[in-house]
Amino acid sequence: MSDAQSVEADGSASEEVPLSGADIEPDEEKPLVVENLRKTFGGIVAVDDVSFDVEAGTITGLIGPNGAGKSTTFNCITGALKPDSGTVRFQGEDITGLRPDVVANRGLVRTFQIARALDEMTVLENLMLSPKAQLGEKMWRSVFPVARGEVIAQEKELREQVWETLEFFEIDHLAEEYAGNLSGGQQKLLEMSRAMMTEPDMLLLDEPMAGVNPTLEEKLLERIHDLREQGYTFLLVEHDMDVIMENCERVIVMHQGTVLADGTPAEIRADEQVIEAYLGENI
Amino acid sequence: MATAQDSGGVFEELSKTLRANPGLVFVLLVAVVLVIDLLARFAGQEIPLFADRTLGGDLSVARFGSLVWEGIVIGLIFGLAGIGLSMTYSILNFANFSHGDLFTTGAFTGWGVALLVAGFGVADATAGYLIFVMDGRGPGPAEVGASIVASPLAILAGVVMAAVATALVALVLDRVVYYPMRDRGGIPLLIASIGVALALRSAIQFVYGSGTRGITDTQGIVVDVRDIIELIFGDVEASGGLLGWVLDASVNLHRTTLVVVAVVLIVALHLMLQRTKLGKAMRAMADNKDLALVTGIPTERVVRWTWILGAGLAGVAGYLYVLERGAMDFNLGWFLLLFIFAAVILGGIGSIYGAIAGGLVIGLVHELSIIWISSDLNAAAAFAIMILVLLYRPDGLFKGVTTA
Amino acid sequence: MSDDRSGGLKGQLWETIEKSDLRIVVFTLGFVYILFAVLIVLEQGASLDTVNPIVGAWRQITFLAAAYGILALALNLQWGYAGMFNIGIAGFMAVGVYTMALLSTSPDAVSGMGLGLPLWVGIPAGMLAAALVGLLAAIPALRLRADYLAIVTLGLSEIIRLTAGSRDISQWTEEHLNFATGGGSGISLPDRPTDPIFETATGEALIDLFVIEVAGEEFELVSSSIVQRFTWVVVMLIVMLGVYWLLLRIGYSPFGRVLQAIREDELVAQSLGKDTRWFKIKIFMVGCALMGLGGILWQGSQGFTSPNDFEPVLTFYVFIALIIGGSGSNTGSVVGAILFVGLLFEAPRRVGSVIDARVGLDGAPGTFRGAVEGLTSLEIMPLLAYTLDNLAPLQFVLLGVVLVVLVQRRPQGVLGHRTETAAAADLTKRSPRGENNE
Repeated sequence: MSDAQSVEADGSASEEVPLSGADIEPDEEKPLVVENLRKTFGGIVAVDDVSFDVEAGTITGLIGPNGAGKSTTFNCITGALKPDSGTVRFQGEDITGLRPDVVANRGLVRTFQIARALDEMTVLENLMLSPKAQLGEKMWRSVFPVARGEVIAQEKELREQVWETLEFFEIDHLAEEYAGNLSGGQQKLLEMSRAMMTEPDMLLLDEPMAGVNPTLEEKLLERIHDLREQGYTFLLVEHDMDVIMENCERVIVMHQGTVLADGTPAEIRADEQVIEAYLGENI
Repeated sequence: MATAQDSGGVFEELSKTLRANPGLVFVLLVAVVLVIDLLARFAGQEIPLFADRTLGGDLSVARFGSLVWEGIVIGLIFGLAGIGLSMTYSILNFANFSHGDLFTTGAFTGWGVALLVAGFGVADATAGYLIFVMDGRGPGPAEVGASIVASPLAILAGVVMAAVATALVALVLDRVVYYPMRDRGGIPLLIASIGVALALRSAIQFVYGSGTRGITDTQGIVVDVRDIIELIFGDVEASGGLLGWVLDASVNLHRTTLVVVAVVLIVALHLMLQRTKLGKAMRAMADNKDLALVTGIPTERVVRWTWILGAGLAGVAGYLYVLERGAMDFNLGWFLLLFIFAAVILGGIGSIYGAIAGGLVIGLVHELSIIWISSDLNAAAAFAIMILVLLYRPDGLFKGVTTA
Repeated sequence: MSDDRSGGLKGQLWETIEKSDLRIVVFTLGFVYILFAVLIVLEQGASLDTVNPIVGAWRQITFLAAAYGILALALNLQWGYAGMFNIGIAGFMAVGVYTMALLSTSPDAVSGMGLGLPLWVGIPAGMLAAALVGLLAAIPALRLRADYLAIVTLGLSEIIRLTAGSRDISQWTEEHLNFATGGGSGISLPDRPTDPIFETATGEALIDLFVIEVAGEEFELVSSSIVQRFTWVVVMLIVMLGVYWLLLRIGYSPFGRVLQAIREDELVAQSLGKDTRWFKIKIFMVGCALMGLGGILWQGSQGFTSPNDFEPVLTFYVFIALIIGGSGSNTGSVVGAILFVGLLFEAPRRVGSVIDARVGLDGAPGTFRGAVEGLTSLEIMPLLAYTLDNLAPLQFVLLGVVLVVLVQRRPQGVLGHRTETAAAADLTKRSPRGENNE
């Protein structure tokens, strides 16, 4: 957990990188900028001209009813889907349509709506997977005698980090358990700790509270706030209005593939369009 | 005015497609070269290229015509068998590697009955000998009279039996093997179907024996077109010209039977798919399984009919293949499996009309490729085309053209 | 395997065995050895003369088990580790064997024609060629669904076999390139590198080990040709051990960890920043190289090979072996290979000859019809006799049924679910300093 300052460091580093066709100055305050994003499936427009940005060091919420296009937007940002048009900029660089692994390596890491723990791997193995550019990811290094010594040394170092992360998320008692045996809530924690192990600059959490019991939910939110204070940026997709309103500095409301409103929780609460869209729901 | 603009639009569209697809340009280029080469061969011309390579050579139009005809005949077999493979692939969601052995099942069961009917009353031909498709010593095909000329009814009875028996075998296999695995993924089902293929093929070998045997009687099955026409219309006075050319040709009645039966079955299937409720349900399921489930289509019933129709057609295809080829053994369908897959993939998995079209393309490639490449590589050419299609057009050659 | 289930002392025995992978393998092989010794004694009676056929059967089983073991391990690397479904194993074996043959067979061989280069050139080149063909298949495979990859690899394997069997290509290369596959009639292969040992004193001493003195006369307990061929089997076992070791190293490493993640959920691996394409390409190439090696050690060691040795059904045998043992487990691959070769492949024939020798069924009907006709007059003997005469097809029915039953009921194989930890160091241990850091 040593890279609290990494957002700023990376932000300034990215200024040296020439922007591809973009005439907007890289904004250190806004690591993620989405502009005019559009994605269709067959004839159905899932995401239609969506633009928003996320400020550094904040927890931003993305809400909307089912089918509003939240998850599709998420998938377009992280490279799981290629948008039809529009741009996604991360730390000033155009990352539109890049492969998921490239996006992740730039420091933008996601979790999934339905927890995708690697069931047949232990919690420890799950977390050991995350660190970037491990020596032993080269096959020859893992095989040949002398090089393998270095690999083992690095594994031991990473092992310490893994245990620390597990302790931070208070799931160290599950370390040797297979991920498939964890409860839904525990898997969400596992996913988040696994994402943290990549040392990201920004985390995109897709419904992190879905299926999580209130005690665990409390714990998860606490962790998110802790990390935010360390300087991490969060974009949270959530279903649960209360969670978003209570925990986010800023809220983006999506509806039928478009951005309906964008502002502080108080502003959103007062927005007539939002009230209309959520008629009957107590915002 | 309007048409000119239209054609201009088409041209623009075409050039846009070509620019976006350098692979397509290459394919077209190869096609053009082959056509030029073919024309040169018809004209008996050799066009020097470089070193000792030439285009053209010698190939008579008649020889080319007979290759095309053979390609169509074998292509119909691939297509007919491919329909079932395509249907099970899309509706049950797995590549059925035992489909070739359903083909063999049809061939053996169908011919058992065909021979039984044809050889009824022939001395020394016991019912067992005939049902087990002449498994030991006994009268030969000529004595039994297994040809469309000698006993047309027997041949048709065989068609029915091939369909019925193969469908039954498929239903039993589905119940025992695939039904308990419905919710498993495509790969476990694929592996199970490999097991079924091994077991079914070897069971056929155990029951019918390992030997290759000649089945059909070929006496009198090659007839002049003129004779047939005269039989129907009385004397015809014509020589020379196109009509004369047709009249002077001769046809193989077994091949003709194959083509007629195949076309009738395809048309019947087409009507069934378009007109009946079941057919519509099948098309819906092949198109989108989840949606079909939501709309309340009785899945298991559709699955059952998929097996009945798919396996029945495969069985008939196997039976007809032997009618054309004249001989059979237990490896028959296993050796053709990859061709059937090729037909289905070319046509686009799930498309029934695609399977037939794909079958014809594969059949033509198989026969015509020997004009250009060594005849011991024509199968390899068909497989290579299948792989290329899977890689570059995984939805099939006719994507966007066909409707079902 | 019947005596391991009954609890008590036997249960304890099974527990002890289960604790060590080596013990599982040795026990399985021992079990199959004893089974065959018993079968041969039942067939031929117990005497000094039966030693030779028993050792001969052991050699055959060990030979095939080692061959299938190497191939199943290679498949495990691709399918068990990374989830890449390759059913073109026979084709990759053919590439390995034929490349080795074209390089190392003598230019004036009886059939086919090679460049006559030494084996230390031919064997690595065979593996390299198999790996390169694997690369050719792997690059597009990255875009394909698993079942499409299956069809592509099967098609490729048939193209390879047909190409190797093409007489026209063989003639053309013979004229222009000085090597030839011999087409359908096959190609002669170089001698086994272990054979020259037996022209030396060491080799003769080795053969003499199995010559004993009975009643003042020399008696050859095990024939020299079996000793000679068993030596080659030892080489294969060593290679199998090497492959096993390689897979363990790959598995217990960060590389293996990524592979496992790819198998379980590729998008997760990508979302954690892993460029999964390279992992898949590399593992596919290594797997194919090992399949080439397996082919070279197996068909490549028989003095002669032809396209018939590489029918697609061979691929399915390897799958059965792996599925018996449990895909994903290296020890399972080896155990599965032994069980497949011993129980499914060789045993039925042996049991058949035992019954044949004991019961002595003569006059078997030539057809199934004849056998069934016997049944109508309540005679079971003709059916039995026919069955014994036609065990080969029944054996393949058995293979098919076993495959179906395994996939349906026990997809994790006989060894159950064995997950080997994907890390180069023990993850559960923490260095004391780490704990102090808290």
